[in-house]
Amino acid sequence: MIAVQDVHVTFGRGTPLENRALRGLDLTIPVGEFVTVIGSNGAGKSTLLNVLSGDASPERGRVEIDGIDVTRWPCPKRAGLVARVFQDPMAGTCEALSIEENMALAYARGRSRGLAPSIDGPRRGVFREKLAVLGLGLENRLGDSMGLLSGGQRQAVSLLMATLTGMKILLLDEHTAALDPRTADFVLQLTRKIVEDQKLTALMVTHSMRHALDYGTRTVMLHEGQVAFDVAGDQRRGLEVPDLLKLFSKVRGGQLDDDSLLLG
Amino acid sequence: MSLFAFLGAIEIGLIYALVALGVFLSFRVLNFPDLTVDGSFPLGAATSATLIVAGVDPVLATLVGVAAGAVAGLITAWLNVRFGILHLLASILTMISLFSINLRIMGKPNVALINQDTVINLFTWLTPTIESLGLPARATLKVMVLAVIVLVVTLLLGRFLTSEFGLAMRATGANSRMARAQGISTKLHIYVGMALSNALVALAGALFAQTAGFADVTVGTGTIVVGLAAVILGETMIRTRRIVVMLAACVLGAVIYRIVIALALNTSWLGLQSSDLNLVTALLVGIALMLPGMRNPLKSLFRRSA
Repeated sequence: MIAVQDVHVTFGRGTPLENRALRGLDLTIPVGEFVTVIGSNGAGKSTLLNVLSGDASPERGRVEIDGIDVTRWPCPKRAGLVARVFQDPMAGTCEALSIEENMALAYARGRSRGLAPSIDGPRRGVFREKLAVLGLGLENRLGDSMGLLSGGQRQAVSLLMATLTGMKILLLDEHTAALDPRTADFVLQLTRKIVEDQKLTALMVTHSMRHALDYGTRTVMLHEGQVAFDVAGDQRRGLEVPDLLKLFSKVRGGQLDDDSLLLG
Repeated sequence: MSLFAFLGAIEIGLIYALVALGVFLSFRVLNFPDLTVDGSFPLGAATSATLIVAGVDPVLATLVGVAAGAVAGLITAWLNVRFGILHLLASILTMISLFSINLRIMGKPNVALINQDTVINLFTWLTPTIESLGLPARATLKVMVLAVIVLVVTLLLGRFLTSEFGLAMRATGANSRMARAQGISTKLHIYVGMALSNALVALAGALFAQTAGFADVTVGTGTIVVGLAAVILGETMIRTRRIVVMLAACVLGAVIYRIVIALALNTSWLGLQSSDLNLVTALLVGIALMLPGMRNPLKSLFRRSA
């Protein structure tokens, strides 16, 4: 279980550009839940992911993963508990390294790295088997440089890498935002398949209300660094995009003026 | 060029091959432009020479020199990682402080190693064999010993960089954010990589002192340029994705670089003298850097004329 309790994060404290990204955010995610997170720009979606992954450190509040207080753990120490797919296809993989070297890096996530060879026969077999699931023919291109792959292929491999070893939560940071609609759809289907097959706990940030409702088991909207609303189960099943918009206006008691929210 | 001059060029080339491997580790693997090497090369030379003169076993003296180099690398890494000082500036700080430290270690600007026991002397039992082949004994022996050392270091480094730890080090330099997300402590890998890099350069310095017969505080000037020249020459000649071949290319780059320099300085009609070394170096590095950008200049010439 993931528990975020009363977390505050402020960037540039005491400067004219002070930005209170999270203002007492509370969120509890039980094991096996697939949460989609929406919200306008600056609502705190990315900061929430960064707080969970250890890239941002809260000045107040507490982050717990399976009952362990990880609030002060740096990012590498948390890697055994938290896996992440970045928005930028270039960020999640090393283009200078080969496909199998990237997979080998992910294969050792969460344990100490020694002087044993990073790639051997059995591991190559595992990588091939995992890559074959993508249906992109990458299982026959293990030695190819990551830089030769398209953005969509790289995101697909990033997703495989994130789920190659066990973790307590999978963070997906608008991981299809940089892709064309068809490729985005492919990566989303793949995400759903992997999350369901491996019964993962996941948190997906998206700018698309459509995706937020179509994927996952629960939807959370952030606004000004807090949870604006949180729907799951039957209440969520009947929801359509316009309902979501209405719900948002009701909760905030204001008018929507952010175009990015309307992109459906 | 005489055989003697040729062997001399290979000898110094093999020594700088170790510098090239160290520079490859910092510049290419860790993406950490490190000028510490200008200080760690004479540090290795000064430490080992001083110890040898004091009667310490040459192998132990060399190892102490190597350890000193590793510490220099750690200090640069510490300034950068712990205090966020720009890598270039951090390395310059270590480099200039090493100038004073090297003077302190030696107690004077240079130490001569005339008639002292060196690592080369451990292999004098090979001399009769070499002489029977009609080769200059001492020069050939030095080249052979250095070649074996460079070969062993290259293979070990290649093996290291394909290990889980080494792969994590490559990821640290290539994409540190991704590395951290994969649970790699980028700080640890920068520390280890910088220590290893400067240890290799100090090993080169220690071997330089023992083959040239002296250690001098100014011997490190321009080490970084020579190391970088070798790395770039190697990359220009051999394009590969296999890490051990990349390392071999660095070694080859260093040796070829020294042969070209020796040729240039020994070709009398060019009218160059040894003080022109730095100019020739700059020209050579400049050409090596331009070459990849202008592939097949002749081809376009032919096309235009056709």
